[in-house]
Amino acid sequence: MGKFSQLVRDMAKRIVLLVAVMLLVVACAQPAPSPTPAQPSTLTVMTHDSFAASEGVIAAFESQYGVKVQFLKAGDVGSALNKAILAKGNPLGDVFYGVDNTFLSRALREEIFEPYDSLLLKEIPADFLLDPQKRALPVDYGDVCLNYDRAYFAERGLQPPRNLDDLVAPEYKGLLVVQNPALSSPGLAFLLTTIGVYGEDGYLDYWKKLVENDVKVVNDWETAYYTEFSVHGGTRPIVVSYSSSPPAEVIFAETPVDEPPTGVITEGRSCFRQIEFVGVLKGTKNRNLAEKWIDFMLDRTFQEDIPLQMFVFPVNPMAKLPEEFVRFVVMPTETAQVSPEAIDQNREAWIQAWTETVLR
Amino acid sequence: MDGLVLQRVSKSFEAKKVLEEVSFEVGLGEIVALLGPSGCGKSTTLGLIAGLIEPDSGEIYWRGNSLRGIPPHQRHFGLMFQDLALFPHLNVFENVAFGLRLRRQPQTEVRKRVKEVLQLVNLTGFEDRDVATLSGGEMQRVALARAIAPQPQLLMLDEPLASLDRILKDRLAVELRQLLRQMNQTAIYVTHDQEEAFMVADRVILMNQGKVEQIGTPQEIFCSPSTPFVAEFLGMKNFVEGEVIYEDGESWLVTPLGRIRFPNQPAGKGIALIRPEGATVDVHEGLQLMGRVTQKLFRGDHCQIELQWGEKRFSFLLPCSQKTPNEGDTLCLSLSPRSVIFFRNHTSHSFT
Amino acid sequence: MRTASLASSWKKGSALAWVLPVLFLALFYFYPLGSILFFAFERLVEEGGESLRALNLAYLWRVLRFTVYQAFLSTLLTVLLGMPAAYLFARYEFRGKTLLRALSTIPFVLPTLVVAAAFNALYGPRGWANLVAVNLLGFEEPPFTLTNSLIAILVAHVFYNLTIVIRLVGDYWSRLDPRLSQAGRSLGATPWQAFWKITFPLLLPAILSASLLVFIFDFTSFGVILILGGPRYATLEVEIYYQMSGLLNIPVAVTLSLLQLGCTWVLTIAYNRLSEKVTRPLPLAAQRRVVSRLLKPHQKVFAFLVVAFLVVFQVMPLVALVGRSLTYAGWERGERGFGVPTLSLAAYQEIFINRRASLFYIPPIQAIAISLGYALATLLFSLLIGFPTAWFLARQQGSGKLERLRRWLEPTVLLPLGTSSVTLGLGFILAFSQPPFDLRASPLLIPIAHTLVAFPFVVRSLLPALRSIRPRYHQAAAVLGASPSQIVRRIDLPIVGRAALVAGVFAFGISMGEFGATALLTRPEFPTLPVAIYRFLGQPGEMNYGQAMALSVFLMATTGLGMILIERFRSGEVGEF
Repeated sequence: MGKFSQLVRDMAKRIVLLVAVMLLVVACAQPAPSPTPAQPSTLTVMTHDSFAASEGVIAAFESQYGVKVQFLKAGDVGSALNKAILAKGNPLGDVFYGVDNTFLSRALREEIFEPYDSLLLKEIPADFLLDPQKRALPVDYGDVCLNYDRAYFAERGLQPPRNLDDLVAPEYKGLLVVQNPALSSPGLAFLLTTIGVYGEDGYLDYWKKLVENDVKVVNDWETAYYTEFSVHGGTRPIVVSYSSSPPAEVIFAETPVDEPPTGVITEGRSCFRQIEFVGVLKGTKNRNLAEKWIDFMLDRTFQEDIPLQMFVFPVNPMAKLPEEFVRFVVMPTETAQVSPEAIDQNREAWIQAWTETVLR
Repeated sequence: MDGLVLQRVSKSFEAKKVLEEVSFEVGLGEIVALLGPSGCGKSTTLGLIAGLIEPDSGEIYWRGNSLRGIPPHQRHFGLMFQDLALFPHLNVFENVAFGLRLRRQPQTEVRKRVKEVLQLVNLTGFEDRDVATLSGGEMQRVALARAIAPQPQLLMLDEPLASLDRILKDRLAVELRQLLRQMNQTAIYVTHDQEEAFMVADRVILMNQGKVEQIGTPQEIFCSPSTPFVAEFLGMKNFVEGEVIYEDGESWLVTPLGRIRFPNQPAGKGIALIRPEGATVDVHEGLQLMGRVTQKLFRGDHCQIELQWGEKRFSFLLPCSQKTPNEGDTLCLSLSPRSVIFFRNHTSHSFT
Repeated sequence: MRTASLASSWKKGSALAWVLPVLFLALFYFYPLGSILFFAFERLVEEGGESLRALNLAYLWRVLRFTVYQAFLSTLLTVLLGMPAAYLFARYEFRGKTLLRALSTIPFVLPTLVVAAAFNALYGPRGWANLVAVNLLGFEEPPFTLTNSLIAILVAHVFYNLTIVIRLVGDYWSRLDPRLSQAGRSLGATPWQAFWKITFPLLLPAILSASLLVFIFDFTSFGVILILGGPRYATLEVEIYYQMSGLLNIPVAVTLSLLQLGCTWVLTIAYNRLSEKVTRPLPLAAQRRVVSRLLKPHQKVFAFLVVAFLVVFQVMPLVALVGRSLTYAGWERGERGFGVPTLSLAAYQEIFINRRASLFYIPPIQAIAISLGYALATLLFSLLIGFPTAWFLARQQGSGKLERLRRWLEPTVLLPLGTSSVTLGLGFILAFSQPPFDLRASPLLIPIAHTLVAFPFVVRSLLPALRSIRPRYHQAAAVLGASPSQIVRRIDLPIVGRAALVAGVFAFGISMGEFGATALLTRPEFPTLPVAIYRFLGQPGEMNYGQAMALSVFLMATTGLGMILIERFRSGEVGEF
């Protein structure tokens, strides 16, 4: 059957050829804006899904330094950080933006950053700079606070709760929805708030009371806000969200409104401050440009772009806030404090204890 | 040799010998029947010729060239399968056109040829029918049309009429022979039905247990079966043990039924076959057989008589007349030496 | 004639058909998985195995038990509910059949958050169902609550996977000669007996195949558990995500991924053993002969019930979603009663405007185009790799190395489905971000990742069909002059044509809806529809939600149209099978 097998072999050769071509196509598909050394004219910024900026702002940087800025997004903060950790030493980008104070210690421990002493740090309040070695530089912050449905309380002539203590009072039974700290960043922030306020010894007791007061726990912010929160069709008028949510509600209203449908509880250390940092990735071949980018992020143009793009606050006090923020944001007088080191050390244990207390 | 030659071809499947040193020839334009009981290796032989399987040993030649290593699709043979294997995803037209399209014939040619063969098998107008909607006979004819459409050098038909009833079978067998003759088609016709084989074929190759038993024209085989197996396969049942001896310078066949002169035969033990039409009533010569009639079947111009003799039963065809005995009668038959065939060295017939 | 002999001469062809899948799996599955494994192992050695010792085994055991339990229940329900619909689609012709079938496939591609939104629009505290119940039927309290419960998980899993059973079993069923069960009936079997004794055993290969896929999907379920199940329920996949993204504990996450993979592997091998026992070549029947109109009253009643179920269960949430995208919560705020929502096209208008001049604004048309591009590439790749794979796996390869490879490859093909997408995604990053395979910038990385998930589907859809082709057809074609490659082209391909279309529909759908791997691998310049949807859902504000819903409707429409087009392709290109 010589010829028969010959034909089969021919067919096989074709298949092998096809694979080869396929792989070749894959490999060469885009000889590519290779992000690292070869073309110093590209700066690669690693970041998370929520990063946003205006076209014009980025274009300004690009034209000023004659570079192309490429953004590498990789899921949530955790995933993006994992990505940076995996590529340690041979970084996928030049700078990493988006690590927050809950992950800061871990990122520093993993030694993914190089220190950079930006001159612009002088303009920024010192309490934002959590790493004295200046490996991670603060860019923005947001406060995770309890939001409430204004109409709900107004209608019932009920005072919105003023602080965490109020939440366990009988009149607020069955009104609160929070997120699972294991899987949600605001959920973790709220857990840290209770730890900051009641201490490591007291927070579980507080949560027990919350459970008795019929707190509802969901896994993610989206479900809490868009399914359970009474403003968006749910039944719970108090939700863990951000202090910037009310201006967002105004900006993204279906029909123009004069005031947001939601309010924020800001008193009694009931908020937790998330600060986001940027740093030069260790091993970058673009150190110079990376520094320029960081300076740019800390400078006014970018800082002023932050609120309406990412709905967080610029750390640079020189930056002017947009009107909606000025009108509708109430800054918490004092936030709950938990140090990044403590978070890094106890995160798993706290979450586990919380899970045992609240979910079982 | 200008046709197909099989030379000592053997084939085993997992240590079971299916064909053992099979040799035969098929001349160009000849219609040869491979006849034998099921499991005798007929279909395997076809598979070997078609190139679907390879022989373990031996050679197959087509017009003097060995077929070893030529894949089935390059042999230009046709094979009509017993189970027809009509492609279920194609309609009648496309089934018949299948082989033509593979030869890259232009569309008009394909259409013309399909029309031609469909006409040949009496299926004009069936082009668009779905094969699943055809009757058994129609499917068979589509399969035949598909096999002959590319004008194969050699056409093989594996039990093509197996599932049809007797009357249809007889009619189609005759039609088939006419058709093949008309096309001057070299063909191998596999069947287990001797009547069908005799009707269709120029020559018959009788196979048993992977071996060729006898090759010859239908007449040769019918008149002088070369082994008890062949005789029995052809439906003959009257066997007795016997021995040829020499006495007084003459050869005699000695059987339990008596002895007859049996000229020009070497001595030896064996089995004697008495042809069913070789018996006469009332003539007292040759072997005498006296027994009770256990069954009488009317067969048109003949009567089939079953005769009980001791433990044995014999079957004879007698001309129908008023003298014909009835069931229960005792009958004395004379068996002419001309109707006796002696198989030397066959001691028993394991085939019963 | 022994059929094994032709197969043996095909061996040489098969011998090379395995090259493609093995190469593909080695490069795009085992290499990235091995990379992340190696990384995790290095970490473990560095820290002296600390993180593994800290594992709470009792908790893990609970998680594993629940994972299996919910997957088993979900699969059972999906198969039970899918069978009548599979039968209806396989045996009867009725108006709107194609549309209904396409609609019932759409859930398969929807991102979980969108499904949650659809369920919420229908059964949520202020969903349509409750709206009707309270306003028209006079209920005091909304009667439906569908979140944070096992019921929600089961309902969502059935909602997602019903189409797998309908398509896989339905396709196989439609090729089953009805005369077989008629023969049974004529021998005195009741319709029920005829089903159990004849049809069911013959369908078993397809049922098992579908069940296995459904089970693996449910077993590795993430979004449904997370969003609809609520915090009280965790599957292995959720736990892996928590370890990976929440605690950055890569060693533990990878270990758990291996556990999950091991379970998939064992399950698949058990399935293969079982499947080989029950699969046999079947006489094929032409579609025209199989499909009939609904004539008798009991047929009509049956059809009505099945269609009603599909409409209520599969289609209504989609309709609710469309409704939600067209209305906004214009009810009086704070009131727990039920107002009438206001109709508005604002969300649709808004998605076309880059209001904040964002660098990451995604024009919907572009997202649709990119999604379609990825989906078509996935369809092409997965069929290109899936067909030879299925062809190689369809028949025993005699003995020796090839047969061993076949026995090994068959369960392996399914492994990507059972692999945690976070883990595999990070593996991709690790493997393809540096030489020799620096594919970071390649836009093909996403269709390749999608192909990894889709191609097991393609293989699973094709296998029962390929196995049912009688070897005699190959012989007949060979004698008629067809070379091996022509046999594949003219016999195998057309006969499995319909199964290939089913496979294509799934490959297309998987790619359209995939989010997990896409989120990890995508470049911001090439966002897919699900990525765009999630971007909107991540921000507060009515309009963001509205735009997410509007994009979801686009996703639904694009997918639905795509599937209908793929199905149309059937009558043109390939035969009646």
